Amino acid sequence: MGRPGLAVLDSYGCGSAGELMRRAFLIAVPYVWLLALFLVPFFIVLKISLSDTELAIPPYTPTLDLSQGWAGIKEFFSQLDFENFIWLTEDDLYWKAYLSSVKIAVISTFLTLLVGYPIAYGMARAPVEWRPTLMMLVILPFWTSFLIRVYAWMGILSNEGYLNQFLLWTGIISTPLVILNTNSAVYIGIVYTYLPFMILPIYSSLERMDGSLIEAAEDLGCSRLEAFWLVTIPLSRPGIIAGCFLVMIPVIGEFVIPSLLGGSGTLMIGKVLWEEFFSNRDWPVASAVAVVLLLILVVPIVLFQRNQQKQAEAEQ
Amino acid sequence: MSIKTLTMTAVIALGTSAAFAEEVRVYNWSDYIDEDLLKKFEEETGLTLIYDVFDSNEVLETKMLAGGSGYDVVVPTADFLQRQIQAGAFQKLDKSKLPNIGNMWDVIQERTDQYDPGNEYAINYMWGTTGIGLNVDKVKEVLGEDAPLNSMDLVLEPENMEKLAECGIYFLDAPTEIVPMVLKYLGEDPNSQDPDIIAKVEEPLMAVRPYIKKFHSSEYINALANGDICVAVGWSGDVLQARDRAAEADNGVEIAYNAFAEGSLMWFDMMAIPTDAPNVDGAHKFLNFIMDPQNMADASNYVYFANGNKASQALLAEDVIGDPAIYPDEETVKNLYTFSPYPSKTQRVVTRLWTKIKSGT
Repeated sequence: MGRPGLAVLDSYGCGSAGELMRRAFLIAVPYVWLLALFLVPFFIVLKISLSDTELAIPPYTPTLDLSQGWAGIKEFFSQLDFENFIWLTEDDLYWKAYLSSVKIAVISTFLTLLVGYPIAYGMARAPVEWRPTLMMLVILPFWTSFLIRVYAWMGILSNEGYLNQFLLWTGIISTPLVILNTNSAVYIGIVYTYLPFMILPIYSSLERMDGSLIEAAEDLGCSRLEAFWLVTIPLSRPGIIAGCFLVMIPVIGEFVIPSLLGGSGTLMIGKVLWEEFFSNRDWPVASAVAVVLLLILVVPIVLFQRNQQKQAEAEQ
Repeated sequence: MSIKTLTMTAVIALGTSAAFAEEVRVYNWSDYIDEDLLKKFEEETGLTLIYDVFDSNEVLETKMLAGGSGYDVVVPTADFLQRQIQAGAFQKLDKSKLPNIGNMWDVIQERTDQYDPGNEYAINYMWGTTGIGLNVDKVKEVLGEDAPLNSMDLVLEPENMEKLAECGIYFLDAPTEIVPMVLKYLGEDPNSQDPDIIAKVEEPLMAVRPYIKKFHSSEYINALANGDICVAVGWSGDVLQARDRAAEADNGVEIAYNAFAEGSLMWFDMMAIPTDAPNVDGAHKFLNFIMDPQNMADASNYVYFANGNKASQALLAEDVIGDPAIYPDEETVKNLYTFSPYPSKTQRVVTRLWTKIKSGT
């Protein structure tokens, strides 16, 4: 987030007071954004994660009482502790749930990539005048409520659902397949829901690709498959990486899809968080789970960005 | 849990009360009222009724403890009510605004008194038992003519469950219903709050869990009615609604409800007014409307749950008041037990156990 500010410094250098103001303003915007939409909510959650539960409204203690001035603030801080984080390490449920969420996210991201890449490739290769229509077809399902689309899958996948009726009718199977309330249904739901997030970035990187590069590769003796593997894939790598992150990060914390399509055996951190919050009324532990989830997500993102930066610098 | 929130944004019927009609917001269980009553309330009072639904006490409780739910009337089950009263979530009823309160049934009031001493904070809406919903033909087809249709053996004996798994079994996703039931089955005190005693339910539940298709507290109504499943551990009236839906669909599915011969849990859903209700006056009007004998009878005739309103009994349909699954005979009532809420340490043990049972870890 520091980058936009640096860019301003580079291009304008030092100038008049007005210029300084302008620069300060431009630098401030992303920081205010970050502060209001990320850091403040994060610190509220962090604060609750250091509190203790209580049967009250709201159901935790201490709450900050500013009317008592400095003493109130000191009192408030003295009551915070890391008990809830220690609790998370004592029960293997949480680690299993985090791991299982990451596993489901990785597998479903891979599946989404397998389905999404050919679609994006086809779109990028389609005649220019078709592309806006194809783009609309990808975006159009977004206009229907996400929830309704997931419910529709329940109708398709259930034992008496359309899929089983169709397969029974064709004679491929003789007893209905049990798909709903299993992990397979969760994967189907995730791939379907997140497909546009994979297609759009890949499409945009493929669309910009210079077609003559493929011709050059073929002139130099590559088969079409080799050209695809050695030229197209590496050139679309930024799109693939962006797509994978756009899919994987929200899927790790996904709650709606596993709870509607998954069965009792589907263990995901989103569901564990729900249990803490609703069944145990334990907002502090629920907040601790959320803080750890955030850390789990932030670390790979930061590593990935560092790596990207280094590469960009090396290329220059 | 269910995100299925049916928002009945009501029509402002009367010209006189046009644009800025006062609103009353009610948060009740799903499939729990005759919707004609909602319209009738608006017509009688000129208030606009916003009616939302939930299907788990936990969801309601979280909203209550977060504060500022915006609802004027909510319907927790009595044991949850008790805890929320302690947390300061509800206000005392102003009985001068509830002339219909004399219609209430003393037998039920005596029992709800243990949760809400003096019945000061809430009125009983419906009550019922937790038992088994059955697709009788299918169960007999699988287990034979002498299947234990009214015993916990049906749903806690692995041998039976293994066979029943092929036609589908749902359990309520409510540890405060299932844990006491299994304790009762084991001959323990269903109300036990001792973590060591509660831990005993793990073994029998883990033994049958592979055969349970889903833990869910509302989907079983449709699943039973469609013939998707043949057994559900569920709430009396919900199962009877499934029976009705199947009869309407005329799909050859015949559903029955049985309380457990070993003893079933008796629960009470209570209407209460949150401390921060925006329209306290309107909330009282709604409670008073519900306690009208005719309205209460209409509600029970529609949802097949017994109510706590003595005066409504004369107006109940014969298949409601005369059905021992809804209004059990005295012998069964003696066998019913009630449940008191867990302290938070025990609650954590129970929730953890429940997660383990549902997910296997």
